[in-house]
Amino acid sequence: MKPSLFKSFAAAFAVLAAGGILSAAAGETTGEAAAGTVQHASAAGMDYIPIIFVFMLSTFVGLDIIRRVSRLLHTPLMSLTNAISAIAVVGSILIAGQQHSEYKFNILGMVAIVASVSNIVSGFLITDRMLKMFKKREGSKP
Amino acid sequence: MSTWIQIAYLISTALFIFSLKWMNDPKTARRGVAAGVAAMLVAVIGTLINPAIVASNYKWIALAIIIGSAIGVPLSWVPLTAVPQRTALSHAFGGLAAGLVGVAEFYLSFSESGQELSHFRAAALCAEVLLGFLTFTGSLMAAGKLQEIVPTRPITYKGQNIVNIGLLAVAIVCCIVLSTDVSYKFIFPFIIVLALLFGVLLLIPIGGADMPTVISILNSYAGLSAVAMGFVMDNKLLITAGALDGSSGLILSIIMCKAMNRSFTNVLFGAFGQIQAASADSQQKTVKSATPEDAAQIMEQANTVVIVPGYGMAVAQAQHRVRELYDQLTKRGITVKFAIHPVAGRMPGHMNVLLAEADIPYTDLVEMDDINPEMPQVDVVLVVGANDVVNPAARTNKSSPIYGMPIINADKAKTVLAIKRTMNPGFAGIENELYYADKTLMVFGDAKAVVGDIAKHLSGENS
Repeated sequence: MKPSLFKSFAAAFAVLAAGGILSAAAGETTGEAAAGTVQHASAAGMDYIPIIFVFMLSTFVGLDIIRRVSRLLHTPLMSLTNAISAIAVVGSILIAGQQHSEYKFNILGMVAIVASVSNIVSGFLITDRMLKMFKKREGSKP
Repeated sequence: MSTWIQIAYLISTALFIFSLKWMNDPKTARRGVAAGVAAMLVAVIGTLINPAIVASNYKWIALAIIIGSAIGVPLSWVPLTAVPQRTALSHAFGGLAAGLVGVAEFYLSFSESGQELSHFRAAALCAEVLLGFLTFTGSLMAAGKLQEIVPTRPITYKGQNIVNIGLLAVAIVCCIVLSTDVSYKFIFPFIIVLALLFGVLLLIPIGGADMPTVISILNSYAGLSAVAMGFVMDNKLLITAGALDGSSGLILSIIMCKAMNRSFTNVLFGAFGQIQAASADSQQKTVKSATPEDAAQIMEQANTVVIVPGYGMAVAQAQHRVRELYDQLTKRGITVKFAIHPVAGRMPGHMNVLLAEADIPYTDLVEMDDINPEMPQVDVVLVVGANDVVNPAARTNKSSPIYGMPIINADKAKTVLAIKRTMNPGFAGIENELYYADKTLMVFGDAKAVVGDIAKHLSGENS
């Protein structure tokens, strides 16, 4: 990895950490953890530090794995990560599935599901279609 | 139940990592897709069993999934030349999903449950909405440009960068104000509008040659908006999967930038590809032209032929004719290699996929850095629809806009054959000295027709 890349990451995480310290110092008040709504974990104090950890570590893992991906496969890689980024479907399902005071929230969630599912389906299918075409010399001789 | 959900998310994350890991080799890559599908299934099932979802809403979720699949399946049938457009469209959907979930989350935090947004969650929400909606309109613009619905030439005006950066700054200030005090909720719609507008304005000055970089950056943004969604919902799976996608986009855009010897800011704010006004003063230079028959004869005499494909091959859909030519040449014992420049085409790896579609073994596709040392020993280089990536001005002419960009050293080969429609400069609007060199022969015409003719002449003489 290029040192400049490391530097920019160190800077990004420093900003995140600084933001966390600032908001903690600003005397962030504890939000009442709502019963029944699972996706809202307690917003108390420093609870977001663990998820920043998760983000940092998975970014480093991601950078290292992606660097090893064959250059031949960059187009399929992009359509595969298209499908993976449609993990937003998880959030969409939670919004669409919960009981809300107004239907408009469920509708927003449903539209989001439609958008992400179409990404999942087309992303995986086209990646596989492209990968099927990559053949070695032996296999391609008529 | 919540333990099971977390375990499902854990398995899903591991599978996503394996999915990307297996992409390091074409041999294992299809296993990678299977792992990705499994990961996504586990993730969706793990979400559906969440007790917060009320039973009466499952039918609506099912309906949305069916509609999504109905849109997704035809989108996967597009011809491979249209893959860049499809990818851009897919980024747009990803951004839209993240943005809509963000909007719902924001207003839900006021209307229900009495739970206030913490500063951190409010900031994450702003980031999610900002990234989501700017990816949405930016990617729609990119798709429009690639499909040529929107003018592909970069559009620039005076003070463009000031407008763009100013707009972004206003949006960020709005985000900061809102995260400091969520009671200013009337600001929220402004953030949405600014993000939508910024996405369009950002893409207006982007030309065709910059598309590979911009698509990669948008890929990264789509992932980062999922990360922000994970921060808002405190969902670790969203964070890990989003971070994998974000880092993928980042690595690809760095590779693309390096291959063009340009920086991120230069791509986004540099408006590459304007026709230089000065190009008119170039003196009358002579070009040697040849017929497909001449080209066939020249190639017949060669021991090694290197084919340099470019976007022109994709436009002309010439990859199957190239395959015929490849067959004719290899049948005569001539070594044929393909030299692939990282930014050839309109997205990373574009040429590889097209040539693989035409059944050309991937072992004959060679990267720029590996082929360049061999170039002086190559008898014939055939340039099919590539232009800037073989322009020697990148090495020699300091005043050229592409100076310093790594190129395929086609000019080092013994003979160069270049297929081109006309002598008009390429997308970047830069004259190519290679075409005026003594050893270069131009074959004018449509890439598909010309390559087909050459292959026909080769087969006609020997069969």
